[in-house]
Amino acid sequence: MNVSENRAAHGAFGGGFADPAIESAFAFRTAMSVMAKPGEIRALDTAHPPAPLSSAAGTLLLTLCDPETGVFLAGACDTPEMRGWLAFHTGAPVVGADRAEFAVGRWADLVPLDHYRIGTPEYPDRSATLIVEVDTLEAAGATLRGPGIKDSATLSLPDPAAMAGNAMLFPLGLDFFLTCGGRIAALPRSTQISEG
Amino acid sequence: MSDYNFAYLDEQTKRMIRRAILKGLAVPGYQVPFASREMPMPYGWGTGGVQVSAATLTPEDTFKVIDQGSDDTTNAVSIRKFFEKTAGVAVTEETEKASVIQTRHRIPEAPLREDQILVYQVPIPEPLRFLEPRETETRKMHSLEEYGLMHVKLYEDISQHGAIATAYAYPVKVADRYVMDPSPIPKFDNPKLEMAAIQLFGAGREQRIYAVPPYTKVVSLDFEDYPFEATKADHACDLCAAEDSYLDEVILDDAGNRMFVCSDTDYCRTRREAGHVGRLGEEVAA
Repeated sequence: MNVSENRAAHGAFGGGFADPAIESAFAFRTAMSVMAKPGEIRALDTAHPPAPLSSAAGTLLLTLCDPETGVFLAGACDTPEMRGWLAFHTGAPVVGADRAEFAVGRWADLVPLDHYRIGTPEYPDRSATLIVEVDTLEAAGATLRGPGIKDSATLSLPDPAAMAGNAMLFPLGLDFFLTCGGRIAALPRSTQISEG
Repeated sequence: MSDYNFAYLDEQTKRMIRRAILKGLAVPGYQVPFASREMPMPYGWGTGGVQVSAATLTPEDTFKVIDQGSDDTTNAVSIRKFFEKTAGVAVTEETEKASVIQTRHRIPEAPLREDQILVYQVPIPEPLRFLEPRETETRKMHSLEEYGLMHVKLYEDISQHGAIATAYAYPVKVADRYVMDPSPIPKFDNPKLEMAAIQLFGAGREQRIYAVPPYTKVVSLDFEDYPFEATKADHACDLCAAEDSYLDEVILDDAGNRMFVCSDTDYCRTRREAGHVGRLGEEVAA
């Protein structure tokens, strides 16, 4: 059954995991791999959320979100269909940027970054993870160095300067997943970014 | 299989652990609190490692468990069987073939690859705990990067013993920021903490998860005039003649005879099968 048939058969709530335990295990391994190796780009396209959300972003939400995690739907992602889909599959509450564990949307809709929680000096893990929908995702552009990177890596970033500013906050700060269609990469706060 | 969810834990628990692992990787060496569950084995038997493994495994993984380097001790055998039954994963004793390796107190001798994951069982995750018993204080010390007390402890070692006597759970600084307990691995293993594989640490009773991404800088604490030294028994393995592996000392009789053997049983077996013979070893039939 292809995506449109699946959606036709299951209505607004189609496109979720067919076998949640197994599919989320594989999806998590992909998410863990890219977070551990900034710059690595992997395929992630199990789930098919309502437009305009990408398959990679939808799969990530199903893998990591549940009633304990507030999700901020930024800009065009905040549609009734998306709210319904997220509620049906994860039970995650939709919250404002200042309370979000996860935020998803395009970069222009997600900024400014200082709305999100960056953790506290004693608990830097209490910080938001941003899922940024991008048009291009390729191993070119900004140079990355730091934990998880052998020498250096390159990755196309939506706003290298703002992300470098986030890295200055280490060990506080935000962590990013970059999603583009059915592909994903990540940029944790520990990565040092230089242009070009 | 149908009696359990995949890999024993329920999905919401796995999501909670997975979120903690991701934050741990983003802040290398920082201990992320997590809501550790009761497991069908007692605390102290690797419940932290088991929960991290459960959240990490996929049905396509090949799983290996070692206890002090050995694949065939009670703890290793029971954890391996647990995941064979609850996750249906393939298991192996060969480091080379494993995609996820759960370990108690050793790092395998063979270098690990980028596509492998090493999961440590951790008893006391807080390196400062024996110096400062209050969690509120150790949290503050980590937040202020106040690690002077740890250097005082190492200095006291030198003043009492003439050398840093800490032989296992030797403290390290990760990515120039957090001081971390590498779990009670011998300090011989410390240089291997900078590796290609993803390293995840789980402490079940203490409810902490932490992580070291591949190629992360990990420095064993020391002094300029007393540099860190990875030590081992000054012998070769009596079975496989390896001079570069960590050795266990085995008492043979009441007359004081003893032998030294590789603590990593897979490494020793691989070498013996390749024709290496130690002082007390026998030729292995090909």
